[in-house]
Amino acid sequence: MWKKIYEWLDERLGLNSIYKATLDRPEPRGNWWNTLGSASLFLFILQGITGIFLTVYYTPSPDHAYDSIQYIMTGVSFGWLIRGIHHWGASLMVLIVFIHMLRVFITASYKYPRELTWLVGVGLLLVTVFMGFTGYLLPWNQKAFWATTVGTQIAGSVPVIGEFILKVLRGGSSLSALTLQRFFAAHIWILPAMLVGLIAVHLYLIMKHGESQFPEKED
Amino acid sequence: MAGSHNIDRRDFVKLTTAAVGTVIGASIGIPAIGYLISPALKEDSKDTWISVGKLEEIPLNKPFPFSFTLTQVNGWERTSISFGGFVIRKSEAENDLTILSSICTHLGCQVNWKEESNVFICPCHDASFDIDGNVLAGPPPRPLDTFTDYKVDDEGNLLIHIQES
Repeated sequence: MWKKIYEWLDERLGLNSIYKATLDRPEPRGNWWNTLGSASLFLFILQGITGIFLTVYYTPSPDHAYDSIQYIMTGVSFGWLIRGIHHWGASLMVLIVFIHMLRVFITASYKYPRELTWLVGVGLLLVTVFMGFTGYLLPWNQKAFWATTVGTQIAGSVPVIGEFILKVLRGGSSLSALTLQRFFAAHIWILPAMLVGLIAVHLYLIMKHGESQFPEKED
Repeated sequence: MAGSHNIDRRDFVKLTTAAVGTVIGASIGIPAIGYLISPALKEDSKDTWISVGKLEEIPLNKPFPFSFTLTQVNGWERTSISFGGFVIRKSEAENDLTILSSICTHLGCQVNWKEESNVFICPCHDASFDIDGNVLAGPPPRPLDTFTDYKVDDEGNLLIHIQES
């Protein structure tokens, strides 16, 4: 019965060939360091899901941002768990993505023909860090407020156009409701959309070229 | 293959992945459902007496509109919700009153008293009720709700008991 349904679907969707191309690829000898990319992807999906759940209650307004998070933590069932996963998952994701980059660098996996995979990966690291930076403001507590004051000030120290960059980031010269709103928009729409696009290219390139062989002693 | 005691490596990996995936999915999925439906599980109960005004100032046989506001804490915000109704005095007696809710029993709009035709009209779907709240025309399934618990205090104020759980 299930076999028949599966065959009917497979004939039309090509499930078997998708499975072969994505999950059943030939790999060089297994190594735990090669799982960090998948771990990053898993964390991204986890952050996406918990993030979507947080928006059910979170309000990106200076009046209510802090109170709505207090409500998530104390008033909603398992709110502490959903927010806790999102909070710690964010730190873990930056860490894992960074170690993933170190591994690729140390094993020289960025060399021909994988230069583009590396470049896209650099983009992924940057966007991941921006995700962390924009998300940090959203609780709208003292730590968030001053961290963003300092962070945007750093961006503002660029010669000549610094002042302009600062105003674009903050939506004006000072930190305000506009800053919170645009950081929220960046955090839940703009940056995730960029991440999804870059991840798609990154995964396509990995499937096209396969994993790199770990270097031997002689290499 | 699964089922025989010689499970091969690929099937073992598939099975383990599926099992770990299920555990992770369930340990996040079940709390996630609780998280989403959490506000629906909270009981907001109202139990208060509201004053409508001096009983002697309420005219006889004519719906006397009143409204009141209850403040509720919903999540991180206090929300004021307005309610209203009509007091109809049948006679001078203190307990000869009909107190109707102004919430239409069809889909919750507010009914208004039409002096010319002596009916309550609901503007949403053109329902009409008579002065006792009985349905005259339109889609409502039952007469207007009534407040049955009321009293008159020492100063002559009519108080209505608002209760909802």
